[in-house]
Amino acid sequence: MRFHFKTSYDHDIRLFPDWWNFSLYAALLLVLLALPWVIDSFYLGEMTNVLIWAVAGLGLMLLTGQTGQVSLGHSAFMAMGAYSCVNFMELGLPFLAAFLLAGVFTGIIGGIIAIPALRLHGVYLAIFTLALSILMDDLIVILSPWTGGVNGYFAPEIWIFGIEINRWAAPETWYYLALGTALMVTFFYRNLLRSPLGRSFAAVRDSEISAQAMGVDVARTKTLAFGLSCAFAGLGGALMGLFAGAFNNETFNFLISIQLLMAIIIGGLGFIHGAFLGAIVIAFLPQFLSIVTDQLGSTSIPGLETGVFGMILIAFILFEPMGLYGRWLKMRTWLQLFPFARRDMFRRQKSYLKTERLR
Amino acid sequence: MSLLSLDGVTLKFGGVTAVNNLSMAVEEGQVFALVGPNGAGKSTVFNMISRFYRPVSGSITFDGHNLLNHKAHEIANFGIARTFQNIELFEMATVLQNLLVGRHRHRRSTLVEQMLFAGRVRQEEREHRHAVEEVIDFLDLQPYRDTRIAGLPYGVRKVVELARALSTKPRLLLLDEPASGLSVEETQDMRWWIDDIRRQMGITVLMVEHDMGLVSKVCDRVLALADGAKLAEGTPAEVQAHPAVIEAYLGTSAISKTANAAGVRV
Repeated sequence: MRFHFKTSYDHDIRLFPDWWNFSLYAALLLVLLALPWVIDSFYLGEMTNVLIWAVAGLGLMLLTGQTGQVSLGHSAFMAMGAYSCVNFMELGLPFLAAFLLAGVFTGIIGGIIAIPALRLHGVYLAIFTLALSILMDDLIVILSPWTGGVNGYFAPEIWIFGIEINRWAAPETWYYLALGTALMVTFFYRNLLRSPLGRSFAAVRDSEISAQAMGVDVARTKTLAFGLSCAFAGLGGALMGLFAGAFNNETFNFLISIQLLMAIIIGGLGFIHGAFLGAIVIAFLPQFLSIVTDQLGSTSIPGLETGVFGMILIAFILFEPMGLYGRWLKMRTWLQLFPFARRDMFRRQKSYLKTERLR
Repeated sequence: MSLLSLDGVTLKFGGVTAVNNLSMAVEEGQVFALVGPNGAGKSTVFNMISRFYRPVSGSITFDGHNLLNHKAHEIANFGIARTFQNIELFEMATVLQNLLVGRHRHRRSTLVEQMLFAGRVRQEEREHRHAVEEVIDFLDLQPYRDTRIAGLPYGVRKVVELARALSTKPRLLLLDEPASGLSVEETQDMRWWIDDIRRQMGITVLMVEHDMGLVSKVCDRVLALADGAKLAEGTPAEVQAHPAVIEAYLGTSAISKTANAAGVRV
């Protein structure tokens, strides 16, 4: 077991608590960078898909895991990211600028929508956002001059500093684009967590009433969380749309929202790692299922995928509400303390009465 | 001029008058207690000062500012911090993170700076941490720094809540039943802490408390409430001997006995 011997406040402020932790993540990054030489182009495409889901998942994680607001409308914001990115490119902006601007644009629109939406709590907010993602489908058809309507868009050619990002000719370029975006979003996310804003997100999640008493403007904090969340989801959506090669009003349907919510719950609510683990499950499960059904010699079974997803989600909510990452934390603690870990160490403590009267 | 003054404050919930035409003044440097039976409106007074409730009439002034013109989240900026009767901590966060939320009103960095963790943010984080560490030292919370609230016993949570309020560097501290649910030893600690908060930090304290032992030891001035109206105000001894207070707590028949025992003619 390692002890953190802290000698300055910076030990708690910096990104990595010690050299061991740093070298683990550095090694992981090296493996990820070397991946195109290790695996074939099919699996590289799958990895790209995982990273894209992770970017969008980080967006929803910021809202649901960190700030405690449920959204079933993130597919709408992913669509907004994809369409605005293409529109900015058609205006003549280079891809990188259009891509980042699409994130900012989606974030601002999300923030504006959040002002009325976040007056709602719990299930009402979920219904509002679900309506949003269903509405987006029709909006895309109505706004056909900018969206191409039901015909949709074919993804334009993407060039970054003279390098063409092409899924078929050079899959590694797409992989590096997704990896770079995922790293950027993770970096922003991690920085927010260690600054005042990230703490006020957690404060709003755990007790709005005492957050207010500490001087946190709850409405503003929720709006910011929603805006940032939409910005990240927009970046993820732009990548998803462009990676798919073509997208129309049905690409970002509300099932994407639900899959995204499932991803972060299965991964572990409130953890950055959770967004990535959830993305791995969401992206690889369909492949895994088709391999299994192939092995069993049967043809594809309609509805199998959704059914298995649903059952996995129920199982997680019942048996491991902290998700895959929560399970890993428990296993790690057990190993670190071996053989002294106690059975009840992670039993959830009774939480004391909250001030409900002020609601 | 008083630091905090309530002037003719009335609050009604539908037909129920929770607080009726209450006036009181807390002077700088005082420890002031609100006492009274359950449902007297003590916590309601706190919630009006915190601006969770808006009084129907009357005014609440803090250091020359009319608090009724401000929203709940702006109250902390005047230097008013509070604790809650039913502990309201951020359950899923560590003690340290809870206390750092208390530093929220001292932040100066912008959103973009925080996303990039620019130099100023880092510098500010160090300052926040330093301020929080002083509170941790003051309240002996060192063993719990990195513990999540969800795993802490009740007594410690009570202290963490006090610590979070102190982290805001307040001028006025509102303590809602600081000793409820604490053991005799923990109540003793709380008593010394309240003394030190006043003497060393120069913070004015307004508290709601049922434990008259604690109240008579730490408070300069006590106001007794019943059914939302003022019964008596004065030093702890005066209020405890006041016939109306005894009546409210013990009922009418007790008055003559207590008065006889105290040698007071009713």
